[in-house]
Amino acid sequence: MTTTVETPDLIEPEEPGGPNGHGPGTHEHESEHAEHGPSGLLKWLTSTDHKVIGKSYMITSLVTFFISGAMALVIRAQLSNPSSSLVNFQTYNELFTMHGSLMLYLFAGPFAFGGLANYIVPLQVGAPDMAYPRLNALSYWLYLSGASMMTLSFVVAGGAASFGWVAYAPLSDSINSPGAGTDMWLMSLALTGFSAIFTGVNLVATIFYLRAPGMTMFRIPIFSWNMLVTGILILIAFPVLFGAVVMLFCDRHFGTHIYSVQGGGVPVLWQHLFWFFGHPEVYILALPYFGIVTDIIPVFSRKPLFGYRGMVFATMSIAALSTGVWAHHMFTTGVVLLPFFSLLSYLIAIPTGIKFFNWIGTMWGGQLSFQTPMLFSIGFLFAFLMGGVTGVLLASPPVDFMTHDTYFVVAHFHQVLIGTTVFAGFAGFYFWYPKMFGRMLNERLGKIHFWLLFIGFWVTFIPQYIVGLKGMPRRVADYLTSNGWTGLNQLSTVGAMVIGTSFLFFLFNLVHSWRKPVPAGDNPWDGGALEWFTSSPPPHHNFTHLPPIRSERPVWDYNHPEHHKDESHGDKRHREHEKETVGASS
Amino acid sequence: MSLPSRDTSSADTSEGPATPTRERRWKRLAVGLAVGAPLVLGGCNFYPSYGASRGVTTQGQETFKLYSGMMTTGIIVGGLVGLLILYTAFRYRRRSDDMPKQFHESIPIEILYTAIPVLIVAVLFFYTVLTENNVDATVPNNARITTTGAPVLQVKITAFQWGWRFDYPNNNVSVSGETTNGPGGLGPQMVLPVGETVQILLVSNDVIHGFYVRDFNFSRYALPGVQNRFDLNIIHTGLFPGQCTQICGLYHSEMLFTVKGVTPSQFATWTATEIATGHTLQRYPVPASNTPPVYDHVTPSNALAAPSSKKGSL
Repeated sequence: MTTTVETPDLIEPEEPGGPNGHGPGTHEHESEHAEHGPSGLLKWLTSTDHKVIGKSYMITSLVTFFISGAMALVIRAQLSNPSSSLVNFQTYNELFTMHGSLMLYLFAGPFAFGGLANYIVPLQVGAPDMAYPRLNALSYWLYLSGASMMTLSFVVAGGAASFGWVAYAPLSDSINSPGAGTDMWLMSLALTGFSAIFTGVNLVATIFYLRAPGMTMFRIPIFSWNMLVTGILILIAFPVLFGAVVMLFCDRHFGTHIYSVQGGGVPVLWQHLFWFFGHPEVYILALPYFGIVTDIIPVFSRKPLFGYRGMVFATMSIAALSTGVWAHHMFTTGVVLLPFFSLLSYLIAIPTGIKFFNWIGTMWGGQLSFQTPMLFSIGFLFAFLMGGVTGVLLASPPVDFMTHDTYFVVAHFHQVLIGTTVFAGFAGFYFWYPKMFGRMLNERLGKIHFWLLFIGFWVTFIPQYIVGLKGMPRRVADYLTSNGWTGLNQLSTVGAMVIGTSFLFFLFNLVHSWRKPVPAGDNPWDGGALEWFTSSPPPHHNFTHLPPIRSERPVWDYNHPEHHKDESHGDKRHREHEKETVGASS
Repeated sequence: MSLPSRDTSSADTSEGPATPTRERRWKRLAVGLAVGAPLVLGGCNFYPSYGASRGVTTQGQETFKLYSGMMTTGIIVGGLVGLLILYTAFRYRRRSDDMPKQFHESIPIEILYTAIPVLIVAVLFFYTVLTENNVDATVPNNARITTTGAPVLQVKITAFQWGWRFDYPNNNVSVSGETTNGPGGLGPQMVLPVGETVQILLVSNDVIHGFYVRDFNFSRYALPGVQNRFDLNIIHTGLFPGQCTQICGLYHSEMLFTVKGVTPSQFATWTATEIATGHTLQRYPVPASNTPPVYDHVTPSNALAAPSSKKGSL
């Protein structure tokens, strides 16, 4: 039984006037036929196709990732020596501010919900495009303008913003940060914030309204489920950030006193508003990546996801709880209700734990193969486990008092965020790259990338936990030799350089795949979700026909009909019988 | 630490009548208990430091014990989950092209691994609240003595860009310094007597700063417009470096200070010397422009225990 055989129960797509005639198995040159209008660069720039926009998002966000990563290396180089003068204090403050801002606002979120989700979600739910293709294009152009504005703020007089990515008032007011760099930073947040909101609207509408016939809510692949929940979280969180940013802008330019004590305002209000956005934002960054891993592990275990419904409910409860834990970033302000925010923060550990056991349960009893996407997913499990355990410690206010704003916290959130956005993010990239470009990435280079990254990751961040417990605060440009932090910082710097090196192998892998393409075929990993049913790359409007959708992995059911009802009819003779029947009917 | 031998002997007694295979199993259990019991019981009686300071204040020691206990729990739970992932990855690596059994769920197991984290979280939260109440407990505002009759020393700390000022209102002493200027190039020094309750009133003159002393296992923001209040009971003499932890502008990394714990008699000598050298409260008149309305604030968790004159602004 092969995928290319047309069987009577294939569903025609809903899209009227869609692409004609090519079944699954067709390749990239054919997809050109279905498109009309401009070609070449102009086509790319004016496209409303979710696949083109998704790729644009991914390229832009990877560029910001590499710029920001280079800044991290400069930061690490500066800290390798107690009183280093590689960069001055002002530049150092700009560097860590921009490192955090680029990574969090411009890479981590957009790479997931603008890039991968934009490309993959319509394919996974069997839709021809996003629900609002033009809004989707607007999202990208807003994002690109915001990203350029933030990155270019380095060149204006006074330099870039230098108050950390959280921009606490009153340090971010017009007295303490007078430069245009701060205004560009704020405007960039407004632009990329709206980009995120529009993408959120698009994702929610696409998943609610454009699912293929038979794709009930509980048959949506987990990646798309997580993107639905992420979309809703975006709609909750980003408008609050926009409001906070506008008020700060008014304080800076129009003489209001919302965050300034002198006029009767409240500086801590900024923290409340910012973290009311900021903590859901952490999950806006994490949930898509959980979804990626949840899609990858079953494929490379050759098993269905263990506890699908548990996974969906865990995602929903993480999202719900994440809107009520913002003040755990503010325990040391002394003005928040500690037990409430502590308890809610602790509770997040429960659905997160469920996810872990579901991932392990999926691998349990499987036939695991460790191609690059699976390796990165396993790397994610370990990285996120460490970040998660230290996160539970930080949910306790007294422990937070002793570690707040030290490198312990820096190590914690880097382990969480690199675990998700880098390990899981690149797992997704290696996993879906064949689908997007019709060619494979090199396994050997991918594995070198993984192992260097994995080793560098631990060498970088374990010393940071220790140096944090030894009292090193975050965001300091130098320290005293007598502090005894030098050795650990140097070790951390070495680790960071190893991480940096690992990405050279990634870039080399991309070049290699373009110079010596290895065709991927429609379904190189034996994947189960709908994106693996169409060609690689998919034609304009994605599908010419669809398989019957009876579970969360319709393509797997279609390719392995003999195992479809395995769990309810365990005995082998019955399976053999079923196989014969299916074989006869097709 | 004498407990493991008891475990072993109890295992030995049941060994006698067992069959050879059962005997081996019992031996294995005994060895497991002998190795495991000190680890588990050790966690109850003994607190490994895991890189942290054990604390030089009563509050810091409470925090340290919580940290150590949580770290032990974290290492055990995280270690078990990590080992489970490793075991699964090795045990089920692909050995053939046979299709594995396609099971989707197991409700009892899923309930189990939901319930266990609930229990762990409940225990951690219980100890968190206990510790938090002790760490945050404060004597009433402006109290001169505690309920046990011990004296209370009040210190008002004002953080500014980029230094610290330590005022002792009841002793007419004021110490101030910017960046690294101070004894040993470590910034201004706050001298405190051991064995007394020190009531800290913390406020900022400009942006938000972070008051942090590693050996206190404690930090608190110095906020403009809000006066934070907490108590310290230092129990060891010595020099404890501190530093601003909240990014506050250009010289954030230079905003150092030290705390020196001295005996009460040394403290009396020190205050006399400071007054003699003119380091009195009158030395630094507060500029009028920098005196925003200040609200006294205690953390809400013990707001009932120690009502303050004015509640915080939020």
